[in-house]
Amino acid sequence: MADNEKMDALRKKRQQWDEKTAKSLQKFPERKEKFTTGSNEPVERLYTPLDLEDFDYEAQLGLPGEYPYTRGVQPTMYRGRFWTMRQYAGFATAEESNKRYKYLLDAGQTGLSVAFDLPTQIGYDSDHALSEGEVGKVGVAIDSLKDMEILFDGIPLDKVSTSMTINAPASVLLAMYIAVAEKQGVSPDQLRGTIQNDILKEYIARGTYIFPVEPSMRLITNIFEYCSKEVPQWNTISISGYHIREAGSSAVQEVAFTLADGMAYVEAAIETGLEVDSFAPRLSFFFNAHNDLLEEVAKFRAARRIWAKLMKEKYGAKNPKSMMLKFHTQTAGSTLTAQQPDNNVVRVAIQTLAAVLGGTQSLHTNSKDEALALPTEDSVRVALRTQQIVAHESGVAETVDPLAGSYYVESLTNKIEEEAMAYINRISEMGGAPAAIEKGYIQKEIMDSAYEYQKQIEKNERIIVGLNKFQVKEGAPKGLLRVDPSVGEMQEKKLELLRQERDNQTVTEKLATLKEAAGTDANLMPYILDAVKAYATLGEICGTLRDVFGEYQQSVVL
Amino acid sequence: MDRPIRVLVAKPGLDGHDRGAKVIARALRDAGMEVIYTGLRLTPEQIVQAAIQEDVDVVALSILSGAHGHLLPKVVNLLKQEDAYDEILVLGGGVIPEEDIPGLKEKGIAEVFTPGTPTTVTIDFIQNNLKRKQ
Amino acid sequence: MELGQRLLEGDKKAAARMISLIENDDPHALEILSESYQYTGKAKVIGITGPPGAGKSTLVDKVVKQLRARGKTVGVIAVDPTSPFTGGSILGDRIRMSDLNLDPGVFIRSMGTRGHLGGLSKATLGAVKILDLLGKDFILIETVGVGQSEVDIVKAADSVLMVMVPGLGDDIQAIKAGIMEIGDVFVVNKADRDGADRTKMEIEMMLDFSHQEWRPPVSMAVAVNNKGIDEIVDNLELHLTFLEESGKLMENRVKNSEMEILDLSQTALLKHMTRSDDNRAWLRGLAEKIARRELDPYTGSQMVLDKMITQSIGGGKDENTES
Repeated sequence: MADNEKMDALRKKRQQWDEKTAKSLQKFPERKEKFTTGSNEPVERLYTPLDLEDFDYEAQLGLPGEYPYTRGVQPTMYRGRFWTMRQYAGFATAEESNKRYKYLLDAGQTGLSVAFDLPTQIGYDSDHALSEGEVGKVGVAIDSLKDMEILFDGIPLDKVSTSMTINAPASVLLAMYIAVAEKQGVSPDQLRGTIQNDILKEYIARGTYIFPVEPSMRLITNIFEYCSKEVPQWNTISISGYHIREAGSSAVQEVAFTLADGMAYVEAAIETGLEVDSFAPRLSFFFNAHNDLLEEVAKFRAARRIWAKLMKEKYGAKNPKSMMLKFHTQTAGSTLTAQQPDNNVVRVAIQTLAAVLGGTQSLHTNSKDEALALPTEDSVRVALRTQQIVAHESGVAETVDPLAGSYYVESLTNKIEEEAMAYINRISEMGGAPAAIEKGYIQKEIMDSAYEYQKQIEKNERIIVGLNKFQVKEGAPKGLLRVDPSVGEMQEKKLELLRQERDNQTVTEKLATLKEAAGTDANLMPYILDAVKAYATLGEICGTLRDVFGEYQQSVVL
Repeated sequence: MDRPIRVLVAKPGLDGHDRGAKVIARALRDAGMEVIYTGLRLTPEQIVQAAIQEDVDVVALSILSGAHGHLLPKVVNLLKQEDAYDEILVLGGGVIPEEDIPGLKEKGIAEVFTPGTPTTVTIDFIQNNLKRKQ
Repeated sequence: MELGQRLLEGDKKAAARMISLIENDDPHALEILSESYQYTGKAKVIGITGPPGAGKSTLVDKVVKQLRARGKTVGVIAVDPTSPFTGGSILGDRIRMSDLNLDPGVFIRSMGTRGHLGGLSKATLGAVKILDLLGKDFILIETVGVGQSEVDIVKAADSVLMVMVPGLGDDIQAIKAGIMEIGDVFVVNKADRDGADRTKMEIEMMLDFSHQEWRPPVSMAVAVNNKGIDEIVDNLELHLTFLEESGKLMENRVKNSEMEILDLSQTALLKHMTRSDDNRAWLRGLAEKIARRELDPYTGSQMVLDKMITQSIGGGKDENTES
């Protein structure tokens, strides 16, 4: 065939070119001997059609909105509408956060994203001994439905979509959201949003777990089942690679471990008797956008392709929506430097491009000062403007998947798929992600990458501008946001008042009923919702479940 | 006699981000130190008791949640109460604003290492500032 | 106050410091131990060993809590490997025992092997004595657990708890030869996993072949959920009672003491031979002769012994006894 002849001709030409180039290298050597991506994958000097010889367009890429969704999950992508610009925010008290949300909605943001403080994420009330010093520090403190009512005061829950970064106690916070909506006269089936609800990556990388694996997986599948009937527009889980990457993984590991977690949730749900197409369309993902622009684009594309194949071939999904990997992206916090923080604006811009060229459904852009403290209002605005500039001015959103067909990007996409699948298969052999986590395998693989990365920076094999090259002498940065230290006391007072005002008899009863149900295999969502409506606190509800389920013990392999 | 330096690496409070703590634990090990790694969610009281039982030269605390102003001085005070502070070097690391550092030092934290600090800097600091002679 | 005195009065800081000094071969600390040795021997010493991933640390945590509930005070020595390349180590056993930090009746110490083989560190026996002097009723030693021969634990402990898990497959065959003799009490941990019954049965069968006076009991546990811990502690107590009543406790301790003095003298001999420049030079000269085949290593080692004896008689002075 003519094509074959052309390839042969190219191969010959390429060989000559290689020889010629090799000669000139003696006089003009390259900058370094080995070129690698941000994740240490080798990079060749040049990519040509020879690198994609077995390329099958239809099987590997397909058309946008069609299997295997490599080019994107919608046919028109950003020509229809831009990605959701969603800034993760939450400060100290519900009152303050409420103000910040209204500010962001006025500034043109299209969805809310709630950050909770650590006691809330670990299921402790603000007056618990372990909450000392942590209340309101990394997000809003929510102790009861009261706080949630204040948090969404004046925000119409039928109009916004809300993403909540909450995992171990996700069912409690979701129940509170449903209860607030009800008070606004909004029924559960009108609610749109996402809970993170991804416990496996908490064990792997983020650390805000409460219960052991089994009861945690049960709570998650309870939510799947409940929402499929009552809150059908809600994204019940956001399976997260973000924190895995932040913990130091490579791009391949981010894809592999996240999808392995996803498989564990799918398998757990199927095991409880749910039909795959009844819950899979509501699964969503959350990835990191790092600095190596083209590798990141390839990563997103590979992830979509792998997930589609797994869902179709391994789990027998029929509904195309079950096969589509929809994802939120956040730019990589760990790439921000405390040195010359203005440079971070540029890093975030590159990472924004990676997410958009990779076909993200929503995006959070980090603020330049996040390596130092919580972001100020000004820096949050610049971060949002970065997205708006990419959307309106850069031109990359005007056509679908513009990098498809790049010899380099397609080669990388193939390679990431291949290497991620090798990891996924190894994890399956171990008995799936929960078993691999218990052995500490996943954590150790990530740690090895993280340590290697650190050593490369220290040996100056990897340059981070402003950190190990191009340094300047700088003074302490000014105008950082501070959390009012009295927040803890305020929350404690609110709790005291709540315990006086509420009907404690009902609270005790609802908690007892919940405890009883936890001992059976009932779906716990209705019981949690009942307790929440009676103004039982988050700590009381999680404490009740702790009594029945026990607590998780971390696996560390160093 | 040449003995290995013993370091307790701990994460006080509820913050679960342990990449930094684990990287520094490995770096200290590779520098020939004995690292006692204590995992997540430790109270200052637990950290101090562990430090005493392990007879460490250094307590290295990693914290990214913003609760450093409360938790780090508390560890120092408890060590003082136990009469152990004079022999133990207390270090902090993590997302800690530059302007908070002088205050922490006044309260007895020997040094604070912010993101981007090469592990070699921390290792050198430990080797040159031990309170107990080797 | 004197370190030894403080130790006897239950001062945990003195205990912690003493262990460090013993780890570093401090002569003063050895003196203290030698003076107070007569007060040791009260604590029951339990070794805990088993393959990697058997969940030893979690199990230790629960066993300690169970012993505490029975009113006993407990010392724990957890040994982890030291890197042969850097001399450093990461000791991570405390991760699973963090609730115990605040219990005044518990003292936990992590130790690196520092080049010592056999699953323990050289100073482990010293640390046991120190925790004994501190007044702990029970002392638990958790070995490295790298799946190699962990024979040292027998020399250090009165009773050895062997922790097994289901799903080791062929490994159990590979290690059974070594472990069957070491274990006094067996437990199959993670017994909620598939294959737990089979693992238990296999262990029982192997134990049935050995005809000792004491037939080790085998129980099941799920340490993370605190299941089966009672039975482990009951079995350990049973074994200890058996040792006492049969006179085996003393018999074993005599055996262990014998091994300890041999170990200590061996170490002392090596140290002595390499202590002075003269001795090192003399040794080097000997080695050169052996390498050149002017002398054989058997005669050489006899010469070392002779020199040792002469030097000892001569009050440890380094006379030049070239022979």
